[in-house]
Amino acid sequence: MEWRASVKVQLKKGILDPQGKAIEGGLRRLGYKAISKVSCGKLLDITLTADSEAEARRLIDEACRRLLANPVMEDYEIEVSRA
Amino acid sequence: MKIGVVVFPGSNCDRDCFFAGALAGHEMRFLWHQERDLHNVDCVILPGGFSYGDYLRAGAIARFSPIIEEVIAHARRGGLVLGICNGFQVLLEAGLLPGAMLPNKSLKFVSKPVHLRVENTSTPFTRLFDRGTVIRLPIAHGLGNFYADKDTLDRLEGEGRVVFRYCDRNGNPDEAHNPNGSLNNIAGICNEEGNVLGMMPHPERASEEILGGTDGLVIFRSLLS
Amino acid sequence: MVTQSSSKLWRKMGLRDSEYELITSTLGREPNETELGLYSAMWSEHCGYKHSKAYLRLLPSQAPHVLQGPGENAGIVDIGRGVAVVLKMESHNHPSAVEPFQGAATGVGGILRDIFTMGARPICFLDSLRFGPPEDEVVKYLMAGVVSGISAYGNCVGIPTVAGEVAFHGPFKGNPLVNVMCVGIIRDPSTIARGITGEPGNVVMVVGSKTGRDGIRGAAFASEGLGSDSEKDRPSVQVGDPFTGKLLIEACLEVIEKRLVVGIQDMGAAGLISSASEMAGKSKTGMVINLDLVPRREAGMTPYEVMLSESQERMLIVARPEKVEEIREHFGRWGLDATPVGEVTDSGMLQLFDKGELVAEVPVGSLVNPPVYDPPAERPDYIPDLQELDPARVPEPQDLGKALLSILARPNIASKRWVYEQYDYSVGTDTVIGPGRSDACVMRVKHVLPGGSYFEDPDAGAAQSTLIREGPGHPELGIAVTTDCNARYCYLDPGRGAMQAVAEAARNLSMTGARPLAITDCLNFGNPEKPHVYWQFQECVKGIAHAARALSIPVVSGNVSFYNECGDGRAAVWPTPVIGMVGGLEDVSRACASAFSREGDVIILVGPESPGDLPGAGSGAELGGEIGGSEYLEMVTGEARGKPPVVDLELEGRMQALVRSLITQGKVRSAHDLSDGGLGVALAECCIPGDFGAEVVVEGHGRPDFILFGETQSRALVSAGEEELPSIYDEARRMGVPVRAIGRVKGRGSPLAVEVKTGEGLTRFEVPVSRLRDAWEGAIPSIFDDMDRGDSGGGDDGAGV
Repeated sequence: MEWRASVKVQLKKGILDPQGKAIEGGLRRLGYKAISKVSCGKLLDITLTADSEAEARRLIDEACRRLLANPVMEDYEIEVSRA
Repeated sequence: MKIGVVVFPGSNCDRDCFFAGALAGHEMRFLWHQERDLHNVDCVILPGGFSYGDYLRAGAIARFSPIIEEVIAHARRGGLVLGICNGFQVLLEAGLLPGAMLPNKSLKFVSKPVHLRVENTSTPFTRLFDRGTVIRLPIAHGLGNFYADKDTLDRLEGEGRVVFRYCDRNGNPDEAHNPNGSLNNIAGICNEEGNVLGMMPHPERASEEILGGTDGLVIFRSLLS
Repeated sequence: MVTQSSSKLWRKMGLRDSEYELITSTLGREPNETELGLYSAMWSEHCGYKHSKAYLRLLPSQAPHVLQGPGENAGIVDIGRGVAVVLKMESHNHPSAVEPFQGAATGVGGILRDIFTMGARPICFLDSLRFGPPEDEVVKYLMAGVVSGISAYGNCVGIPTVAGEVAFHGPFKGNPLVNVMCVGIIRDPSTIARGITGEPGNVVMVVGSKTGRDGIRGAAFASEGLGSDSEKDRPSVQVGDPFTGKLLIEACLEVIEKRLVVGIQDMGAAGLISSASEMAGKSKTGMVINLDLVPRREAGMTPYEVMLSESQERMLIVARPEKVEEIREHFGRWGLDATPVGEVTDSGMLQLFDKGELVAEVPVGSLVNPPVYDPPAERPDYIPDLQELDPARVPEPQDLGKALLSILARPNIASKRWVYEQYDYSVGTDTVIGPGRSDACVMRVKHVLPGGSYFEDPDAGAAQSTLIREGPGHPELGIAVTTDCNARYCYLDPGRGAMQAVAEAARNLSMTGARPLAITDCLNFGNPEKPHVYWQFQECVKGIAHAARALSIPVVSGNVSFYNECGDGRAAVWPTPVIGMVGGLEDVSRACASAFSREGDVIILVGPESPGDLPGAGSGAELGGEIGGSEYLEMVTGEARGKPPVVDLELEGRMQALVRSLITQGKVRSAHDLSDGGLGVALAECCIPGDFGAEVVVEGHGRPDFILFGETQSRALVSAGEEELPSIYDEARRMGVPVRAIGRVKGRGSPLAVEVKTGEGLTRFEVPVSRLRDAWEGAIPSIFDDMDRGDSGGGDDGAGV
């Protein structure tokens, strides 16, 4: 079965996020006073084959731990759906 | 000493490291990223560049190349490993050194000579320096903002494993002379045994008088047994 | 389906009716749509040089040391000891206006391919950039994007970006100029590669990235004209992949060095069609290409799209059939495709097949020889008025010291550190004099370049290590590089401005001690079909030709960029013939920088102290300084106006020869030319880097401000030990160059103190060097302050421990 995984990689809370800060500053300069915090991460869109959703999730989780995210500074979230 | 310089696709300081190492008197050779043979070198240099394009995270993919498995084994045996710039990032990704690299605080690539205080002269790479000496080496990176959690940082500091620190010309490591936002102005660290050194500045670019200085050559000379 | 004659498809493709008739008569039939597309690309201004070819022939391109003149991907000159230098500059103005980051990045990638295509290892980049007024938000966005695009590509491929210029003028607001230059070296001139096909039967290969729909122009036109599928949103911005670019350099240099290829050509503008037809055209052969064999990134591409795609990081290689496998292996090691797609024939025709079906067949000769036009040229009426200037009415400053601080903070004059510190300028360990240190940058040529082939000779390392340690046994060669153009001068007087650009580029090189050897030019103009624009173009080309002949510097490569205009009135940019120049130093360790370096040294003004007796001098000369078209005049009056400074090319040549000779003999410790901002700015720039003060007395007739900020040409400031003075005077007299000691270098922390003596009296001012530095260094960062807030490095941003 084909699955589609969406992996959101985000800097851990408390880690300086210069990109997020720069975007936040840009929005403020444009007058968006209501916006108080922006953090900037990566979104990876992955297509894979696996027998079940659980199996797909397990594979992606492993890939995240090994390569896609750096546990020293990043957290990740996985969403899996049928392709 | 026999020194091998690893060539990843995307390495771009490989030749520079070879040249500076040879000037210092070493026998240099290149090690291709797909090899599994270190050819009996005593020291491995992971040079600067953009290994595998660095599209995911700097050094993230290089860390899984065949040669890196051998480099990890070599390091565990006590063999010498020097990671410069992107090479430092690879060492962090490979877990040979603790911490991670964030984008420079300015979000811009920064290329300029900086002053560094030599904090640890007991490593094989820094033994010819006097402790506290201020040296001048070029930096050139977009991701040199060293980060580690508090425990790790305390350990690095407590064990004297911070080897180089950004500072002013008089050796004061102040915020104004921190080029990238790195924690505690850290420019280079080593492992517990001192046989693995990672540093953002480029010693190979300061190894000849006509290039503006020879402070970097001292690191290569320190390796002469 | 509508017939072409009824729909006049060629017009939408940018071809004239007369050109369509020419194509029809050449083919003996109506072209099909694919064929028409091929002509439209090859006969475009960009590929065909229709409006410039006739005039470009005026440029001198011959000299004994020229190994390759115009007509190839890049020019090549011999700089001695068997080393050849390859150089080329190109514009990427329009793509950068649309998408500054990718536009600039792909500009860098493109010029890079032009250099290593010739078999040269690239050693440095230079960038000549022009933007609108920097206070403008859009201009800031463009500039930040362009600089980071150059930085992203250049830094990643590991080739230092070492020099160039950044200028700001109103007419570039909507149409920035991004001119990128690359220089490479070939250590064995027998391995120079060219875009040729060799004999029929040779194999044509596409190498590098896969082909997508990048850069295919005009989606509207494509869907209307070519009746293809429904995909509307085709990318027309090319995206650069520097990582693949770096792999391509290594793989291509390997196969060239191993002499595995017959010919090689970059796939730049107009992609495969352009490289295929140029290679076959040069060799008077033909080519068969099977389009279905071209590796693709997307499905469903039409033959037209495959031929016209401008996907980056691709090359066309022609090889003997027995070498194909070995070439594939080399590219494979670097993870790149190398795919045979066709064959060289003796038919003189370019024949394109798609799944066995012939989809286009045209004579190569007609593709590469578009009609040449010499459109009407007319000197615009505004010129006499523009050159009119009553210098007496220029307001005079109360305080010369303040005027100096103000001019130093002008974005055109101010330090460009904000820009060049984003470029990796020290990678490669060859940058001897980097950005900000002299008028030109100096690179050294290593006697051994480690590496070559990483694979075949595992023991080469030991031998190379020994060679490196033992040293070359002779001084190392140096290469000096620069780009130059003062667009304001060119606007006011195109011919004079172009001459000045050549003179100043050569002067920049001479200030490092290098002898100028070759020019590559990048000619940026508006729409050539407008008579006044074409006149500007003609005048500039004549000016370059004249100066290049007078200074004996051949023009070996170049690029023309027309249609640089924007706004409702389609206003053209100022004519900007950028001169890129390369020079050679016999001993790179003698290379000279521009800053004062020792207290007590004598400061010597080389060249005319006053413009009074120069025939044809620019506006203001009678009052003490040529301020026509100067930065100072624009600062004080807000206007680009007046007759720009005259260039006496003979004096220029003698002055440069003198400075080079003094540097080579080690008689001077610094040398800096006088250009924008005149003597005042040059003095400040000599003091700032080392924090040295100076005490200077200048004499002249007229106004002190004109004396200090006039931009009279053929001048330099050198500093030397007192003991060298007599011999410097002697040599200057022998060479017929005026020199005069005007002051002394003072210790660190001393101010810059200047006394201007005129017939009418004496003006004196003193400014601390730290204030000069703040003005000069602070101007550009302050423009970008609000974009760079993360930079300030303050407290609460600090470490998240």
